Amino acid sequence: MAERILCEGNEAVGWGALSAGCQCFFGYPITPQNEIIEFLAREMPKRGAIFVQSQCETATINMLFGAAACGVRAMTSTSSPGWGLMQEGMSNLAAARLPCVVVLVQRVGPGVQRLTHSQQDYNSATKGGGGGGYKTIVLAPASVQETHDLMQLAFYLADLYRNPVVVLSDGLMGHVTEPLEVKTLDFGPLPEKDWAVAGQGQHADGKHVALGASYNPLKGETFVSYLVDMRDTYQQIEAAEVRYEEYRTDDADLVLVAYGYCARVSEEAADAARAEGLKAGVLRPITLWPFPGQVLRDLADRGCRFLVVEDSMGQMVDDVRIAVNGKAEISLADATFRHLSSEDGMIMPSRVLDEIRRLL
Amino acid sequence: MSEETKGLVRERITGRPEIFHREWFADYLWDLFCPGCQTPVVARAIAEVLVELGIGDKAIMVGCVGCSGILIGGFDLDRVSPAHGRGPDVATAIKRIHPDTIVFTVQGDGDCIAIGSSSLVGALTRSEKITIIMVNNTNFGTTGGQLGPTTLVGQVTTTSPQGRSPGVEGYPAHAAEMAATFKGVAYSARGSLHTPASYQRTKGYIRTAFQRQMDNVGTGFVEVITACPTNWHLTPVQSLSYIEEHVIPEFPLGEFRNVTSIE
Repeated sequence: MAERILCEGNEAVGWGALSAGCQCFFGYPITPQNEIIEFLAREMPKRGAIFVQSQCETATINMLFGAAACGVRAMTSTSSPGWGLMQEGMSNLAAARLPCVVVLVQRVGPGVQRLTHSQQDYNSATKGGGGGGYKTIVLAPASVQETHDLMQLAFYLADLYRNPVVVLSDGLMGHVTEPLEVKTLDFGPLPEKDWAVAGQGQHADGKHVALGASYNPLKGETFVSYLVDMRDTYQQIEAAEVRYEEYRTDDADLVLVAYGYCARVSEEAADAARAEGLKAGVLRPITLWPFPGQVLRDLADRGCRFLVVEDSMGQMVDDVRIAVNGKAEISLADATFRHLSSEDGMIMPSRVLDEIRRLL
Repeated sequence: MSEETKGLVRERITGRPEIFHREWFADYLWDLFCPGCQTPVVARAIAEVLVELGIGDKAIMVGCVGCSGILIGGFDLDRVSPAHGRGPDVATAIKRIHPDTIVFTVQGDGDCIAIGSSSLVGALTRSEKITIIMVNNTNFGTTGGQLGPTTLVGQVTTTSPQGRSPGVEGYPAHAAEMAATFKGVAYSARGSLHTPASYQRTKGYIRTAFQRQMDNVGTGFVEVITACPTNWHLTPVQSLSYIEEHVIPEFPLGEFRNVTSIE
């Protein structure tokens, strides 16, 4: 029988990593994700897995490069300032086609700011924040259970497409405490990692393996053929891996679009609006890239209007605008909707409900 | 390069250790390295040591960005090209995952102690069981001869056109001596390649550094002084005298730490 425990989002990241059979964790302390590295510092060695605390986030992302080059399941976690330091490494991991998982527990930005939650890293997570031309799959959990489950999906998708996957949490999702059923999820078979380094003597064909963050002319690749291969992979991901959840959208006049904690807030606001006879629903992207644009277009064609609820000054709203392409009115409830003007504020259902009333 | 010249190069490197990727050197050596460059000589010394120690089939090379990074194509080994300066981080992960392999980095001085200084210090601090070979040609060669942390006082580079001035650019960084101060370092030495005898001594340093990894003692670090005739604006032969007269007085050769166990 699966174990059922009470834990917070950051620990659920750790449980998810263990459930996925993660063999390597590299980390550096930064608030608000310290519970992840502390949990894994405790739990990984017990299971014969590798835990290394590095000297900085630049090091962790490059240790991850080394581990991913060995073909083992490996991950790191960080918060927004560390995420900034990791961007060169993220670009290299994507360029070298190395599967790995990076957990980003967002905090307020830009710059160092304070230590609490935010959703201001949407753009750098979904658009490839390092040296340009790459994409990473981005999964956005909205509960403790989903954090645990998406961690496992993240490792699976990384291995399936040989691409880094980002799990985008935030300081609030990281600390919300809920019941968690710890269980290993089976997503299906995966290709063999015959490209991994192990020492030449370990390869059946006796030939060496070379990995780097660029195309390989010795394998007959050209720069353009390499770009085309990456684009083809990205198109496969876009075709197969879009995930989202619809909540009371069937007859909705206004669809709230939100991810992470803002989706939870939006569902509560939609329920309150329904109680007043206002037809509100919620579309929650689970994959932020690939973005669920088609379902938004379908809703727009049906005559829905949209209210994007995100705890930034408006980032995901751009993807909603691109998807809807002028076919519907789009409003934004942003960080100015926080109930406090300090970093401790959060977007509350009551403020979102006010906006729903104003729009309907 | 003409087919005739390629054939000549192939012939000349026949008999070199098998890890030395003969076809690659024949095809690319003269296209990728300047005349008189000693970076490929470092590769030869490493390849000979790997063969002599019998660890070629379990060695994993981590490259770098810069002239030494070009070398990565010249080894018939499993190998990984990391971001600029991050070789020790990448090597750390590989060695932890595959403790029975022999993991080494080959890095230029800019890669190792300019942009990569924190990666180097991190690996030395953790006493990673890896071997770090730092190729010191006293400048950033690939990018056209700019000031590096190892540039000599008074040395003219494209970004120190009046010569390195201590009041502005400080003094040359001594990586081998610094590495020797770390308790987790089993071996640290500096050698050169400017005479046949110095080549043999440097090869011995590299061998000892690898031996310490095989014995799981601690980090091995070897700094190798190499000639950079193009950016020194000297002929290859003049460069060898320059090493003797100017580089070695600043960067003394020898072993700075050599222990067979760490308490």
